[in-house]
This record gives sequence, structure tokens and C-alpha cells, in this order.
Amino acid sequence: MTLYILKRILGMVPLLIGISLITFLVVHLAPGKPSQVMMSLNPHISLETIKKLEKLYGLDKPLYIQYWEWLKKMFRLNFGNSFLDGRRVIDRIKERLPVTISINFISLVIILALSIPLGVISAVKQHSIFDRLTTVIVFIGFATPSFWLALLLMYLFGVKLGWLPISGLYSLNFPSLNFWGKVADLAKHLVLPVFVASFGGLAGLSRYTKSNMLEVIRQEYLQTARAKGLPERVVLFRHALRNALLPVITLLGLSIPGLIGGSVIMETVFGIPGMGRLFYEAAMSRDYPLIMGILTIGAFLTLIGNLIADIMYACVDPRIKYQ
Amino acid sequence: MKGESIGVYYWRRLKRNPLAMLGLGLILFFTLMALLAPVISPWDPQKINLEEILSPPSLKHPFGTDSLGRDLLSRVIWGSRISLSVGFVAVGISVIIGTIWGLVSGYAGGKMDNFLMRIVDIMLCFPSFFLVLALIAFTKPSIWNIMAVIGVTSWMGVARLVRAEVLSLKEREFILSAKSVGCSHLRIMFRHILPNALSPVWVAATLGVAGAILLESSLSFLGLGVQPPTPSWGSIITEGKDNLEVAWWITLFPGLAILLAVLGFNLLGEGLRDALDPRQIFGRQ
Repeated sequence: MTLYILKRILGMVPLLIGISLITFLVVHLAPGKPSQVMMSLNPHISLETIKKLEKLYGLDKPLYIQYWEWLKKMFRLNFGNSFLDGRRVIDRIKERLPVTISINFISLVIILALSIPLGVISAVKQHSIFDRLTTVIVFIGFATPSFWLALLLMYLFGVKLGWLPISGLYSLNFPSLNFWGKVADLAKHLVLPVFVASFGGLAGLSRYTKSNMLEVIRQEYLQTARAKGLPERVVLFRHALRNALLPVITLLGLSIPGLIGGSVIMETVFGIPGMGRLFYEAAMSRDYPLIMGILTIGAFLTLIGNLIADIMYACVDPRIKYQ
Repeated sequence: MKGESIGVYYWRRLKRNPLAMLGLGLILFFTLMALLAPVISPWDPQKINLEEILSPPSLKHPFGTDSLGRDLLSRVIWGSRISLSVGFVAVGISVIIGTIWGLVSGYAGGKMDNFLMRIVDIMLCFPSFFLVLALIAFTKPSIWNIMAVIGVTSWMGVARLVRAEVLSLKEREFILSAKSVGCSHLRIMFRHILPNALSPVWVAATLGVAGAILLESSLSFLGLGVQPPTPSWGSIITEGKDNLEVAWWITLFPGLAILLAVLGFNLLGEGLRDALDPRQIFGRQ
């Protein structure tokens, strides 16, 4: 097992280099030089200062040298300094990342807790009213633009009913609250973002669980289990569900880039200071070091997610050989 | 089967699926709306009317008006042009790139295949919305740039599908016989393999249009899409967000349009998947 994990980690190295190369190319081959951005930030800047700045950031060297310099720094997690406020890119990411990861993690747990039972019931009771109803909800969930759903819920619960705050993570009086007051305040602010983030994923995963379950239910080993006289509950939850859930693990790993990408919209709508909104701000102001830093970290998180999914898969499925 | 073409056969299977037909109906509805926009919209979508600012839905303005007094129904009708054209062109680009990529990769095999598929793996690692946002931010926001950016960031799935088909097709006898009569590689790839590898591409393309419409509306919502005053569903919702407390209708109707259009392509795509799935034709039931 340890050997398998080591091998998988080694296999990530070429992917990581590819990720850095694509990030670098996207940013450096795009029209509009960083120096122009600096100029637009400060129109009084002189040509001489620009030359100096270009030298400082190494922008006067050939591309492959710039890439090599950047790559060397990147492996030490040094992504340079943000153009906008001069702070280190890694520090700016560090203060935003936990928010994004926590919201996505909570959503993922909710998605799993709800979609698996939903999928199982619709598969077992295929063509029942419950199954048809979930199918309809699933298709609508797939088609709903998240920012629109967010706005409608903000209107309903924030403006009309006044039950929930509509933006930000904390209330103004947050620092004066005691511990449980803080928790309650945070939870209130998170209800809508987490609900919206879960809604789309719920649709996808319950549908996926259902189709896997339908496939497993037709297998002959389930007939065997029934023939042994096992109660239906044991047949379904011990023999069928376990096999139906295996592909779900991989799907979870694959859904990470979508979740991280989706956080841009979610955090912009709800005014949450996370990595998605940071990236949006960076892209808007063409803050090259910050853009490159977040792109790389985002892709790296996906790699880690896939690695965890693969390891979990290997743990659960004895048929996987570690060779 | 009495010698009918495979296309007719698939169509008969698809026709039996009421959800797929509902999807097709929605797609036709929005396509007609986009084509006939100048004829059917009751008002000029750009016409500013300061006397009817933020008026709620009424007989005169069925969807109400926005903060400049423009008729919302007309703006939603014209917005369908942006969404559908971005959807179709972006998917066209991604299908062309993905198909050629998968075809070359699967047919060449060996090191070439390994290299091309590694690039696909790497591209799939990026949170797709980040990549789109970075590329859009570096180019000017215009409808052509949006089509191109969505196209070049979404071809990887098609490439994988086509490659998988090609891998199994190229071992078949008819390819061997094409080789033995001296067909060139290009001819084998495009005349003999490609037409047989396309059925999963149709499914992916239909679902892809739905994804591209959602993506375009998100970009427009963030202000990175087609620039005002041209109406697009996403940018109308941005206006709605600024007036959410006083005029819910500006947010509601364009969002419903996005939902129904995306629903249409998703329903048709899923229907196609079932109709084209060989397991369901020759399977147990």
C-alpha cells in the first residue's frame, strides 16, 4: 500500500510540471504585457521606472529563463508578490483558502449525506412516484444557474422574510459576541451559500448513485444473496450499495475542480472573502503573480483530491492491485 | 430491421422518449425565438423609457421593465441570440478540437497517444472556471472571444470519448481491409474510423451546449460577457441584482429562460444517450 501511494505521488510530478507550464504560457502569451498593467495602475510612471520594474520582475529575460526562474521559486511555494498591494502571493492565498475549502467541504458532506439515500431509493423503487419526482428535481437542479438561485433565495429569505443575512461571513457585532454567539452568527451566514453550493452537486451525485445502483441490482451475486435467504435490507445495503458506491469515490475526486471553480460565482454573489473572489479580483486587475499562484494552487488541490480518491478506492476495493 | 438507415432507427428510438421530445421542443422554441427576435419582440430592447422605470409585469410589459424603463420581455427574447450562438459556436470549437485530438491520439497510439492524453489530464486538473476567467480577463470581452475561450477550455471530454472509440475501432477487420487496399492513414482516420466514432460525440455536444450556455451566463453575470447595452440573460440578471429589493422580475425572468434552455439541451442529450446506447438495444431487456 505504501508503495502504491509513493508511486502515485511520483506520478504527480510530471503533471505538476505540465500544470506550471500551462499556467505560465496562459499568462505570458496573453496579449497585454504586465508592464502595461503597471502603467495603467499608475499613469504617472516613467518609461525608465517601467524598465527598472521589468528588470526587477525579470520580464526582460527570454521566456524559457523566466519560466525556469518561476519554476524554481514555485517549488519553494514562492509565487512572488502581488502587483496590487505588494504582499506575498502565498500569504494572500493562505488567508483566503481556508474559507473556500471549509464551505466546499461542508457542501460535499451534505451532498453525500443526501444524494446517496436519494439515489438508492430511486433505484430500488424505479418508476415509482418518488423516483419520477427526484428525476424531475435532478434535471432542474442541473439546469439552474447557481447565481440566479442565490439571488432568488437572498430575495426570499433576506429581503422578504428577513430570516437570514444576505452577504458576508460575519455580522458587524461579531467581535463582541461570545463563542457560541460567534458560531451561530457564522452558521447563519453560511446557510444560503452552502445550500446553493450543494444544490447542483446533489442533482449530479444522486443521479450517478441511482444509475450505478441500477446496474448492480441486476448482477447475479445479488440473486445469490437473496437465495441464501438474507433479508432485503442486508442485500441492498451490504451487498449492493457497497459496490454501487465505488465509482462515486472517483466522481468525488473529479468534482473538485468544478467546486473550486464554482466558488468564484458563489463568493462574488454572497460577498464571501474566499479564494474564488480573490481570483476574480486578480483576473480583473491582471495581477499576474496572483493569477499564476491561484491557478497553480487550484490545479494542485485537484491533484491532491484525485490522489485521495485513488487511495480511498484502493482501500475499499480489494480487486485493485497495488502493482 | 428492414434495411432502414441507422439514423432513422435512432430517431424512432428517440421519438419514444417523451422527456427527450420535451427537450427538443424547448430547443426549437428558443431557436425560433432567437431567429425571429426582430419580428416577435413587442418593443425595441434598447429603447429607454424614463417614464416607465421599474414597472412590474403588466399587460403592456408582460415581464415588466428594468431600471432604464426598457421592456424586459423584448430584452429576454433578444438575449436568446447571445446564449444560443455562444452555446453552438463554443461547442462547435470544442468538438472539432476534441475530435481531432482524440482521433490522432487513439490512431497513432504509443508515445504520441501517451503525450496527448497527458496534456488532457493536465488540462482537466485546472478548475475550469479559473482557466476561463484568466483567458477572458486577458482578452477583450466580446462575443467571439467568449466563444473561443469556452471552446478551447472544454474539449478534453470529447477527446477522451473519441480516443476510446478509436482504440476499439482500429482493431476491427474493416480497418485492416482498408489498409490492405492501400488507403492512406488520413483516409482511414477520417473516412473509415471517424464516422463510426461519432455517436458519443453527439451526446457530449448536446450536453456541452447546455454547459456553455450556463458558463456564458455566469460570465455575463460577472460583467465579463457581451458588453451593454446588448442584452444577454446573464447581464440582465446583474441589473436585477442591483434592484433586487424593488424589482424581483428583472432577476426572475432571464433566469427562467436560462433554466429552460439548459434543461432542453440536457433532456435531449440524456435522451440521445439512451437511444444511442448499444447496451439498451441488444441488452437483456
